[in-house]
Amino acid sequence: MQVQYISAFSVLLEVLSRFWPVWIALIIVMGASFAYKKRLALYGQLFDSGVGIVGVGICLFWLFTAIFASTISPFDPLAQVPVMKDMLPGAIEPQSGLVYLFGGDKLARDVFSRMVYGSQIVLIIAPAATGFALMVGITLGLPAGYYGGKIDTVLSFLANLVLAFPVILLFYLLVTPGIMDTPIPYAMAGVFFLFPIIFFSVLFWTRYKNRPDRLYILLGITLLVGGWIYLGLVFDKDPLHIVHIDPNQLNIFVAVVFASSPGVFRIVRGLVMDIKTRDYVAAAQTRGESPWYIMLWEILPNARGPLIVDACLRIGYTTILLGTLGYFGLGLAPESPDWGTAIKDASRLLRSFIHPALPPTIALMSFVLGLNLLADSLREQSMKD
Amino acid sequence: MLSFVLRRLGTMALTMLCLTMIVFFLINLEPNLKKLAISQTEMHTSAEQLEDWLVNHGYRQNFFVRYGQWLGLLPKQPVTDPATGKPTQRFTFCNDPAVPTFSGVLEGDFGCSTKFKTTVASKLFPALGATGILMFCVLAVMVPVSLLIGILAGMREGSRTDRVLSVASIASTATPEYVSGVIFTVIFASWLGWLNGSAASASQGITFYNFTLPVMTLAIYGIGYIARMTRASMVEVMTQQYIRTARLKGISFGGVVVKHALRNALIAPFTVIMLQFPWLLTGVVIVEVMFRYQGFGYTLVEAAGNNDIDLLLGCSLVSVFIVLITQLISDVGYAFLNPRIRVQ
Repeated sequence: MQVQYISAFSVLLEVLSRFWPVWIALIIVMGASFAYKKRLALYGQLFDSGVGIVGVGICLFWLFTAIFASTISPFDPLAQVPVMKDMLPGAIEPQSGLVYLFGGDKLARDVFSRMVYGSQIVLIIAPAATGFALMVGITLGLPAGYYGGKIDTVLSFLANLVLAFPVILLFYLLVTPGIMDTPIPYAMAGVFFLFPIIFFSVLFWTRYKNRPDRLYILLGITLLVGGWIYLGLVFDKDPLHIVHIDPNQLNIFVAVVFASSPGVFRIVRGLVMDIKTRDYVAAAQTRGESPWYIMLWEILPNARGPLIVDACLRIGYTTILLGTLGYFGLGLAPESPDWGTAIKDASRLLRSFIHPALPPTIALMSFVLGLNLLADSLREQSMKD
Repeated sequence: MLSFVLRRLGTMALTMLCLTMIVFFLINLEPNLKKLAISQTEMHTSAEQLEDWLVNHGYRQNFFVRYGQWLGLLPKQPVTDPATGKPTQRFTFCNDPAVPTFSGVLEGDFGCSTKFKTTVASKLFPALGATGILMFCVLAVMVPVSLLIGILAGMREGSRTDRVLSVASIASTATPEYVSGVIFTVIFASWLGWLNGSAASASQGITFYNFTLPVMTLAIYGIGYIARMTRASMVEVMTQQYIRTARLKGISFGGVVVKHALRNALIAPFTVIMLQFPWLLTGVVIVEVMFRYQGFGYTLVEAAGNNDIDLLLGCSLVSVFIVLITQLISDVGYAFLNPRIRVQ
């Protein structure tokens, strides 16, 4: 059967028009941010520099792509249409009349749709894992930096222990199909997912200790929501069946959190050691505030600048880590449309076909670049103050 | 200084002990042992035969006993041949002892590779040599290029050169090896045909044709980071009073940069370059797999994929050692380069 092609120019037009929900959302959000940038504090200041605008633009682009993935992509990312095997970009699928915009891969799936759906996996796991790593790193880094002494020695030794592992070795040990038969990933998830609950409980407790009306509401919400998500994620026993995570995704998630929380720990510890010598900390100590109040309400807000910058860079780094996992075929399902897996599949066939390799590589690169540009301009803006 | 180094070496030994124990534990998890037994026996063996294999080859001894044997603190026991009942070698393809002997890592015996059917030492050290050549080439490219970019960008902060080079280095830090590897292969091997997309032939002889792509791929990710650190350090130095003094004395801009600024600006990048080694290690694994270069990273992936216990332990020992020793060198070297710290 003969397959028709459309020209390169119409491929470009078609790709641009496929992303229409993204463009609309981008225009609305960017326009609104630009109009109200004076009132938006640090976020608004990003729109003062070209680098910042580009960074925010790229990040929002991929965010909206992930949100509207089902509208944008013309095909199911896992569907195979045998005629379209290894077809070049612009080939028209005979049955539906829709176009394989970036061609078909060796299993006859639409490369464009896979790239679009891949953004969903990356944009869920990378920020969420970074969030958990931040929680773990902050909750452990604050006391290590503030108290120093034995706590610091023990925690720093543990952090250095993890940091001394080459990431790739860690992944080969922690993300294997075999390890899911053992309780190790679940135990680690159980420990890591406890940290956000501890963090928010202590946060509210220290602040509203003397105002039970507020305290009970906030603590109640924290424990209820936290406990609900905890049950769903760690034990897969969510009574409402909303929170659910695949065992192999949990495994990846835990491994990524494990690999990146020592880095956060080190940064937080360093920041705390610097900030605790300031006068306002001494003032709080003289007032008789509890140590945890000082750590969470005096020191942490003043450490937020470098932490936000680090979080941006870290989401990018986590994306790279996810790609590495995909590239080595660890954890994610072999047919999963995420970018790393797609790069792995395509890079083996580079000699014969290059078109399946380029979309995921460029997608991954542009997303990380956007985050790095964002971090860079955030750093510059926070240095101005 | 000496006590500092000794204390660090002590911590290092403790860290290595802990890490190898963790690795040992993770490799010897039940599913991994099962996998090893399946790959080492004939097809269609029953569960009992697999269990027999594990028992016969000593994998069912106590965890700490086996760790001690690997370490060399406990004697390695020969296994009993089920047919004759006599003690024999555990694996015939490497010189396992037929009588109880102390032969672990501390005695220089890294054990036996079940995948490659040879001793770990004879597999690991040639691979390390191959990777050493790759690393040397990468550093020879990466360090001068990144320092040059960093210095040019940081010389005049905010200039057009600075902005262009800064964005370029941000872009290079956003390009992991598996991305740049694919892009370079597409451009230089598929389209232009200048370079070879595989470095498999590099084990016979390294040529520009087969070795450029791996080196380039590996260098590009590090260049951006080191360049940015150099730039930051250079910018800081250029705002110092003594630079202004030198300028006011009438020394040319170039002269100030080369004579006054560079020496102080290059202290920080030294630490950064040293701390790049752990990242390079991950990069080496990706690049060696991607370009099929038979080095350390390739061995590590083979060992991990086939659950080759002793070989993987050897690999982790080497990589952890590299990470820790570079940290030590960076700390000691920093103190050497920076007189302010040395005096304190």
